[in-house]
Amino acid sequence: MTDKSESNPLENMDPAIIRGMTMPRMTRRGFLGLAGAGMLGAIAAACGSSSSSSSGTATGGSFSWATAKKAGVLDFANWPLYIDQNTVNGKTVYPTLQQFTKETGIKVNYQEVIQGNSSFFGKIEPELKAGKSTGYDLMVITDGPVLTQLMMYGWLTQLDHSYLPNFAKYAGPNVKNPSYDPGNKYTLAWQSGFTGIGYNPELTGGDITSLASLFDPKFAGKVGMLAAVDTPNLVMIYQGVDPNTSGPSDWKKAAALMQDQKSKGIVRKYYQQDYINALENGDIAISIAYSGDIYQANQSSKGANLKFVVPSEGVFRWTDNMCIPAHSLHPVDAITYMNYVYNPRVAATMAEYIDYMTPVPSSKNYVIQDANASSGSNKAGLLAMADSPLVYPTAADFAHAYYGPSLDPTAYQTWNSIFQPIFQS
Amino acid sequence: MTITAAETPVPAAAGRTPVHPAVRRRMLKKRFTLVGLLIPGGAWLALFFVAPILTLVILSLSTGNVGLGWHLTYTWTNFSQSITSYKPEFLHSFEFGTAATVVALLVSYPAAYWIAFYGGQKKTTYLLIVLLPFYVSQLIRTISWQFILADQGIFFGPLKALHLMPQNFHILATPWAVIGGLTYAQIPYMLLPIFAALERIDRSFIEASKDLYATKWETVRRVVLPLSTPGIFAGVLLVFISATGDYVNEVILGGTGTGVIGNIINSQFFVNMNYPFAAALSLVLMVALLIIVIVYSKSLGTEDLMGGGTY
Repeated sequence: MTDKSESNPLENMDPAIIRGMTMPRMTRRGFLGLAGAGMLGAIAAACGSSSSSSSGTATGGSFSWATAKKAGVLDFANWPLYIDQNTVNGKTVYPTLQQFTKETGIKVNYQEVIQGNSSFFGKIEPELKAGKSTGYDLMVITDGPVLTQLMMYGWLTQLDHSYLPNFAKYAGPNVKNPSYDPGNKYTLAWQSGFTGIGYNPELTGGDITSLASLFDPKFAGKVGMLAAVDTPNLVMIYQGVDPNTSGPSDWKKAAALMQDQKSKGIVRKYYQQDYINALENGDIAISIAYSGDIYQANQSSKGANLKFVVPSEGVFRWTDNMCIPAHSLHPVDAITYMNYVYNPRVAATMAEYIDYMTPVPSSKNYVIQDANASSGSNKAGLLAMADSPLVYPTAADFAHAYYGPSLDPTAYQTWNSIFQPIFQS
Repeated sequence: MTITAAETPVPAAAGRTPVHPAVRRRMLKKRFTLVGLLIPGGAWLALFFVAPILTLVILSLSTGNVGLGWHLTYTWTNFSQSITSYKPEFLHSFEFGTAATVVALLVSYPAAYWIAFYGGQKKTTYLLIVLLPFYVSQLIRTISWQFILADQGIFFGPLKALHLMPQNFHILATPWAVIGGLTYAQIPYMLLPIFAALERIDRSFIEASKDLYATKWETVRRVVLPLSTPGIFAGVLLVFISATGDYVNEVILGGTGTGVIGNIINSQFFVNMNYPFAAALSLVLMVALLIIVIVYSKSLGTEDLMGGGTY
């Protein structure tokens, strides 16, 4: 849905589906297509290695913001389909980036090179370890083990909040001072989303409200689980444990339940992104799901009739974060851009395109303004979006939304040693 | 009788041809040329085969982490842990690889035979038909199988609607789907070498066997089959090695309980970032494959292979 004037995705839609509007998250995950991720990544990396080495001040070593200077260039690594874009004369352009260049004179070299946190980390890790520039000044990384490692090893540049007045003024309370980065020392939220349950009402024979349905023998062989951190975290939420503060003993309890669910033949498979096809094809009736996947499946030509639900026990939340890698060549340009996206007008434009959980609640007014300025399906779509709890969640929506634990490498090894045998055998 | 002085030309008397210095120089030059010609290949091997394998070995014996780097500590636990922790996945890999090889052979041989002996003018067309699907990315072909074999898909959906099949019947997420996907993906690698071997068989051998009152079946069994051994040998090697290491099929078509070792290696590298363990797993797989291949080629006999080339 790159062009809202063509389709009217939000018209006549079930509110539960409108809740499922974290589309780009899923789009980019879907874009990976399993093993193709590696290949695409390699191609993207090959194409995107044009790091512009113009004058500026590199971070790392004896870097100090006080002496840092604007370079006029910004090398920005992001996930595919994760920013507002338009097609002009057959060429893809990014309106908010163009506006940024116009306002600041900083040219943005925007590259959609991130297909997975771990795989991207694998690519930049040798440079970071060698104390060299990765070729990027800004990258978007999901909260989780990779982000924790980047912070732990000193591979991110500490932010100087005097450059970030917009963040102080406009950032929503739920993205300020997150548990994985207290005080936003290294990161600012790009967008966030929820992981809950997706299901096919025809096959389940009714509405699903609870995570308990994932363990219901009634759905034996028709339950999809994800081979991802989301799964253990949701299982812990089901067991009444806050995953954010969980430890190995909680993980083992979750693993025991998952093992039991698996040995009873309830789980069809630990899916990658392809769980969405399985839901569409009727291979599974119910699955752990990224809300946006369900949204897009319903929009696709196949016209699936799937539903997404935030389970009554709670939902797993994640945030993708902007951060500046160490040894960045143009840190001032990067932090200037980080401040720019917290301008509510800019955040609204981005949210309108990506239908995502925006970190700037006050951008809602601009979305409503834009809605009133347009007509027909466009207007309805924008109004529905402004109402969607998954784009503009309320405090109540966050009451039962949990982050995962901040895993350092040792804890992550433990985590993997507990959960991977279940995913993989 | 010995040649005493190399400088003294000795007439060609008994057995050996004595070497004139000029000739010797020419021979030396030839030898240097030979060595020179080997250098690019040797360097290639050293750079792209020996060096990576050595790196893998060193890595597999190291400890550390991504942030602090890896240090060679001669830790062998990765190897013992490879086998103790992932024995089922190793076994799955070899089972699926073997099954896919056998099925691919059974399917490909008759097809190759038919194309080679009855294809006539249209041989190339038939080969093209065999190869045509493989111009599409393997990923897309495998995902298509996922679509075709879906529980309520275009194939099983109607059968289930007509109650010709139990409602909970499924192929996806079972070992059969994985073996099927592997076989499908590997068929050209089996078919082409066999076709090449069959194509090279001198047709007069077949006439001769007919003249000697062999039945059609006897001709196939005692003349064609032995002469096509090199093709079978090559096809089986190609298919077995790549099918055993494959993990894409398992990811897309498998379910719980079909895990293969390629998958584990992938996630050890890219999810856990436990490079030493991943390196150890890769080496164990490589050595196991190597042993199987050696045993296989010994038992099939290299003489047979050479014999195949003497027609």
